[in-house]
Amino acid sequence: MIRFESVTKEFPDGTVAVDALSLTAPTGKITVLVGPSGCGKTTSLRMINRMIEPTGGRILIDDRDTSTIDAAELRRGIGYVIQHAGLFPHRTILANITTVPLLLGWDKARATSHALELMDRVGLPQSFAKRYPSQLSGGQQQRVGVARALAADPPVMLMDEPFSAVDPIVREQLQDEFLRLQEEIGTTIVFVTHDIDEAIKLGDQVAVLRVGGRLAQLAAPEELLSRPVDDFVADFVGRDRGYRTLGFRTAPFPTSSEPTVRLGASAADARGVTDDPWVLVLDDDDHPVGWVERERLDGTVTRDALHRGGTVASTDGPLRQALDAALSAPSGRGVIVGPDGVFVGTVRARDLIEPIEASAARERAASSADASGDEAGEGAGEGIVVAEPKAL
Amino acid sequence: MDWFTSHLDDVWRLSVIHAYLAGIPLLLGLVVALPLGWLARRFSWAYPPLIIGTGLLYTLPSLAVFILLPGILHTQILDPVNVLVAMTVYTVALLVRTVADGLGAIPDDVRLAANAMGYRPVRRLLGVELPLAVPVISAGLRVAAVSNVSIVSVAAIIGVEQLGSLFTDGFNRDFFAPIVTGIIACGVLSLLFDVVIVVVTRLLTPWTRARAAS
Repeated sequence: MIRFESVTKEFPDGTVAVDALSLTAPTGKITVLVGPSGCGKTTSLRMINRMIEPTGGRILIDDRDTSTIDAAELRRGIGYVIQHAGLFPHRTILANITTVPLLLGWDKARATSHALELMDRVGLPQSFAKRYPSQLSGGQQQRVGVARALAADPPVMLMDEPFSAVDPIVREQLQDEFLRLQEEIGTTIVFVTHDIDEAIKLGDQVAVLRVGGRLAQLAAPEELLSRPVDDFVADFVGRDRGYRTLGFRTAPFPTSSEPTVRLGASAADARGVTDDPWVLVLDDDDHPVGWVERERLDGTVTRDALHRGGTVASTDGPLRQALDAALSAPSGRGVIVGPDGVFVGTVRARDLIEPIEASAARERAASSADASGDEAGEGAGEGIVVAEPKAL
Repeated sequence: MDWFTSHLDDVWRLSVIHAYLAGIPLLLGLVVALPLGWLARRFSWAYPPLIIGTGLLYTLPSLAVFILLPGILHTQILDPVNVLVAMTVYTVALLVRTVADGLGAIPDDVRLAANAMGYRPVRRLLGVELPLAVPVISAGLRVAAVSNVSIVSVAAIIGVEQLGSLFTDGFNRDFFAPIVTGIIACGVLSLLFDVVIVVVTRLLTPWTRARAAS
């Protein structure tokens, strides 16, 4: 657990970068600091490992005041990932990853075997071990950066805009893998970003900072979306807040049965199962693979003939996923699978409105209960993972 | 050509002395320039005096230095130590800026990462900064090597034997063969120094060629 106790940083020229910041980053959770540039988020992060010294207040890690710990020792116990990875260009990938373990005095064999294991975990082939950073793409370098930060199994990891320098597709992939990795390792993470969508996707709790280094709101992502405390937070969180909130809500919803054909079936078979212009296609494992247009069918049903626009939602997934599946399906019927990926049925957008309204009503009831003094349900307890809908 | 073949032994002997007088100061100069360059980079107030001061050393006329050094060092005028010290001074003059700039050219995010991982200053210098500065320092060293080979020959005027002696000999006898031989030998020596520096640099910096290999 990392605790900021009214931490202030005033630079010699009188600029106040962080102003009496108090917050707690709970053990094993991801706390995201987000805000516009000049809000002191990076300064706050760097005060944790004393790259910047606070001018007021204290920072405690597991109840130890960091100012009482030797700075170099402290940093060796804290993983650190920066925007451009900051890999050592003169060292191989393996040597980069083993840096901190070797500084800590691990023997080389142990550091190496642990590093190779980490490469595996972050999705780097072991054949990269002897390469140099310049031989890797930006996304691969960032994976090395994460592996290097984790190499000595630090209980705490700091991440400063680690995914913002890679292209959007790679970024999303790295974010998903990062969440999966975090589920395995459960490190206490403080993550800085200027991207509110990234904050909402990754954070167990999100701290929105305003310019001048003051905390505007500290809340779980869903609460940030549904109950921003003021205009600044509301503006910063941005539009589509109501819709984005659905990304955190689950509720049972009705599904209808849907006529289907298998890949490889003949056009005549496909035309026979339904009069609807669109027919859903399953593979041999009953996983949905896409829609075909009845009229255009010719010969047999092949993957080439499939419409690719629709997304798939899971029965236990967030309502946003189900709604997106319905809206994106060419037939207007969203494809729903079970947790195992097996086709369950379809749902129309109009059938989702009622569950959505019901869940919103439950949410309002819960929040008025909070307001009447019961704070127990509030805060950033749950680990929330937003599963993006898979494309068909 | 006749003169060269009949004086092969002499040319070889003078070349070895020349290499010694130009080469040893290269190493000594590097050893002195490394901490000075580091100081200039580490403390911003130290940068101007160190860079300007050591740079000015290079403007000292070499003949005057060769003549004045024995008085300062209490050595004999013909003592090769005078030449070694003078050439070390010139090497330092050329290398301090190179070392400072080489250390300064290290990307901020690399330095930041090293700090964040818990490197202390000395280990960071030896393990991260210096290895990364090798290409820049090596470039400076190549200039200093050629400069040394050239300046050492001036010491022939005060009577310290090396390839420069061929120039004074040829001048005194109005005879071109030793002069041409001396020029060629100096050229070959410079080239050898250059090759050695390039090879050592390549061995120290496999990472600079990694991109091409991928």
